[in-house]
Amino acid sequence: MSVKTIAGVAVNISEEGYLEDMSQWNEEIANEIAKEIGIELTPKHFEVLNYLRDKTAAKESLTIRGVGKSGIVTIKELYGLFPKGPLKFSSKIAGIPKPTSCI
Amino acid sequence: MKNLLILGAGTSGTMMANHLRSKLYLNKWNITIVDQYKTHYYQPGFLFLPFDTYTENQVKKVGEKFIPMGVNYIQKKIEKILPKENKVVLEDETLNYDVLIIATGSKIAPEETEGLVGPLWKKDIFDFYTYEGSLALRNKLRTWEGGKLVVHITEMPIKCPVAPLEFAFLADSYFRKKGMRDKVDITYVTPLTGAFTKPTCSTALAYLLKEKDIHLQSDFAIEHVDNDTKEIVDYEDRRIPFDLLVTIPTNMGDEVIERSGLGDDLNFIPTDHNTLQSKAHENIFVIGDATNVPASKAGSVAHFQAETLTDNILLYIDGYPLKKEFDGHANCFIETGNNKALLIDFNYVTEPVHGKFPFAKIGPLQLLKESVFNHWGKLAFRWIYWNMLLKGIAIPFVSRNMSFKGKVFDIKPDEK
Ligand SMILES: Cc1cc2nc3c(=O)[nH]c(=O)nc-3n(C[C@H](O)[C@H](O)[C@H](O)COP(=O)(O)OP(=O)(O)OC[C@H]3O[C@@H](n4cnc5c(N)ncnc54)[C@H](O)[C@@H]3O)c2cc1C
Repeated sequence: MSVKTIAGVAVNISEEGYLEDMSQWNEEIANEIAKEIGIELTPKHFEVLNYLRDKTAAKESLTIRGVGKSGIVTIKELYGLFPKGPLKFSSKIAGIPKPTSCI
Repeated sequence: MKNLLILGAGTSGTMMANHLRSKLYLNKWNITIVDQYKTHYYQPGFLFLPFDTYTENQVKKVGEKFIPMGVNYIQKKIEKILPKENKVVLEDETLNYDVLIIATGSKIAPEETEGLVGPLWKKDIFDFYTYEGSLALRNKLRTWEGGKLVVHITEMPIKCPVAPLEFAFLADSYFRKKGMRDKVDITYVTPLTGAFTKPTCSTALAYLLKEKDIHLQSDFAIEHVDNDTKEIVDYEDRRIPFDLLVTIPTNMGDEVIERSGLGDDLNFIPTDHNTLQSKAHENIFVIGDATNVPASKAGSVAHFQAETLTDNILLYIDGYPLKKEFDGHANCFIETGNNKALLIDFNYVTEPVHGKFPFAKIGPLQLLKESVFNHWGKLAFRWIYWNMLLKGIAIPFVSRNMSFKGKVFDIKPDEK
């Protein structure tokens, strides 16, 4: 774990760059992490990010399938918004822990 | 009299019936077990059936033989669980329970992927996770003349997560033995970032794919099967052509879980990781492939779970707090072809490691290294399954929790 300053805020991040404390997150932080990955955030992105944050706060586990059933985006659209690893990148930008890949 | 009801007489349900009948007083507790089928399949054998290593009769037996005396065995379909009323509805009768154990497993749901169950299904597209699928694939392989073989995982979790990779390894050996390996191009396609589900394994075992000339396509999340061009297509329009597709379709819990409102998106039941009590109802316990716990869905895991769950049922009945004991321990043989196998041992938090098993320093089984001994271990597992595991007899020297003796923590997973 280390401390990194993102968008002017000192946040705790994991070795892989995920926020350790989701309450430290804000929209500027999201924009900056997204820029590093090469994604320009739109309101649709934020709808997905907020959905992921709500689910995480409610301690529900996240799956691509679950997002596809959320009514916000289809799986195909999710891939369009966050290419190459939609759940990994969206989680990173949403300031929530890395999704545990299933075993 | 009180009623303990077990749903499903597969690996887990059968083990629980055997464990509990000897521990619950006959004059206090009725035990009933329900399953829709007469036949008990040895599912690990479905991996060997396609290659003519096992025959049909080695992978199935009459289920009743494994249910102990004093347990009421009902062969009927389970229609619905009514947790608020403590009742379970079968085809034509309703059962009451005081304690319920759900062991309905998981099964393939090929209809979840567009185009999978289409004109090519069982012609050029097969699964080996069902008895029928495995047998149909055997018949196909007997006369197949070669081409592009694609071995593919749809999405995680699946039961026995290493089985598809083992299938690719065994296919390599099979076609070599038939003298037609040069006519077969093998590609392994996975939604994960590496061939193995565990990063330490991907690092330690990457050489195997090279050695066997198996091409790897990772991070592939299938969207549909194109039956006209014979390609699998992912959400980003990546296309992989096949002549023969061996796929592991989405795995899901039984529909009865969905009908009863007890499951998640995939009909797996939210279950406490360490006690195996269901999260929603204190008198419902869940074991094996039916749970949502982040452990491998494997018979060996169910075996370790059964020991913890037996203790917890007894504690629950007597009003004591439950043991938070189960640690996700899994112990799996991985066939690598040419009569060799690997053995891996891991739990919720510890990745597979090098070392000796089950005795520190002595072995004789080697962890995470190929050996002939391990292959014998895998074949012996069939005997152990029918003669010890189902009957709830503990496997000597292998404990329910992962042991750290004789293990070497020397592999760092690749940073992803
Ligand atoms: C190809 C393959 C290879 C494998 N290899 C290995 C291996 O090498 N090692 C290992 O440890 N494990 C292996 N496994 C996994 C292992 O077989 C399973 O994890 C294990 O059988 C799970 O046991 P279970 O009791 O939870 O489910 P199951 O054994 O599947 O039993 C579930 C039972 O519930 C019944 N049921 C479900 N719904 C209903 C209903 N509505 N009404 C009535 N009955 C119902 C079913 O008929 C079934 O009998 C393999 C699996 C496969 C498919």
